[in-house]
Amino acid sequence: MSPQPRPRPYVLVAELTYRCPLRCAYCSNPTELQDRPALAGADWQRVLGEASELGVVQVHFTGGEPLLRDDLEALVARAAQLELYSNLITSGMPLTRDRLAALQAAGLCALQLSFQAARPGASAQIAGVDAFDHKLQVAGWVRELGLPLTVNVVLHRENLDEVDQIIALAERLGADRLELANTQYLGWAYQNRAALMPSLAQLDAARAVVAAARARLRGRMELLFVLPDYHGDRPRTCMNGWGERYIVVTPDGRALPCHAAHILPLVFPDLRAQSLASAWHDSEAFQKFRGTDHLREPCKSCDQREVDHGGCRCQAFLLTGDASAADPVCGLSPQHDLVVAARAAADAAAPALTLRRLRVVR
Amino acid sequence: MPEVSADSRPQLARKARLRTDRLTGETLLLYPEHGLVLNPSAAALLRLCDGRSAGDIAAELGAPLADVLEFLATLSERGLVTT
Repeated sequence: MSPQPRPRPYVLVAELTYRCPLRCAYCSNPTELQDRPALAGADWQRVLGEASELGVVQVHFTGGEPLLRDDLEALVARAAQLELYSNLITSGMPLTRDRLAALQAAGLCALQLSFQAARPGASAQIAGVDAFDHKLQVAGWVRELGLPLTVNVVLHRENLDEVDQIIALAERLGADRLELANTQYLGWAYQNRAALMPSLAQLDAARAVVAAARARLRGRMELLFVLPDYHGDRPRTCMNGWGERYIVVTPDGRALPCHAAHILPLVFPDLRAQSLASAWHDSEAFQKFRGTDHLREPCKSCDQREVDHGGCRCQAFLLTGDASAADPVCGLSPQHDLVVAARAAADAAAPALTLRRLRVVR
Repeated sequence: MPEVSADSRPQLARKARLRTDRLTGETLLLYPEHGLVLNPSAAALLRLCDGRSAGDIAAELGAPLADVLEFLATLSERGLVTT
């Protein structure tokens, strides 16, 4: 194995809170929250400074719903002072035009607004809240104020057939970018997997619609289609590699290589007690699956190992109980039958959705 | 999409920002949820996208106009430069 240059994080994913006014059944947030106090504003300010020193150049303020933190403006201002490109990843709830203008004045670079569907009814069904009209209003303010707008829609069985209408909505809203992200079955989405998973025919049809739209919209709106890995035969390169590009900080101040990693049986660094740099470079959790040395067969000798690093550790753990296993999504995994069975179960039945709720474990 | 010509006056799109990387000194082009590391000639070119014409930029850089136009067309297609 040739020595790799020491990785640096380029992106800080700042999960400011897990609270959210929406209750989306596809949410990848934890289904159970630990009873730990939220990281204080002063600590977030410090984390931003340490992130910049480590090499971070982009910050995603996300959650839950980051607007629920009333010191968001101060954090955006700090990011601007550090020349970090700041993205607000939001449901748009609750937001006023004045607050959006204040965030822009603080230096916010871009906004990603979620939509759940192209229509209000379908939207409320998956989010548990009727937020569609408000989101339209928010998108209007974003355009009026001249902020770059990404529209994000998580795709699943109920909205995949409306991808053409979703694209038309994003065009109408004047989005610079539309991110169509097929559900990743982690957190609440894992609990709702059988109800959310689309058929292969639905996916193929949507893929064709997206390809045609992408050609038509070139240079006007960027169109991203995040592939659904349960229907592929090779896994995703999760987070561009464990501890390679991204560092996630949770609302209670833990540093994670991936936003779903809290489910793994690892101890993640507590940023109240240690710096972001020591978490990134020295902690056992960040080194555990970094690079390819940790891989076992069939990944160890696979010619794709430098591409996908054996897939998603969280998915491997969720499906097999072993975070070191090959991601079962891969056709070469000895446990690929788990994914085949999940697809079959989803095709056979459509159970009711469980909407997310806050559940604190004491 | 308009063609890029010697008379075009390219400007960085409002979503795109240039900065110097504090670890490497390289120039980065950042935009929503993405970034590019620019080589020195690309960096010099984008720093001249301040309202002057593509022809003037090529002259200033001493670079072939065709190369400048091709680079600007690529970035324009990605929505990073307006012409």
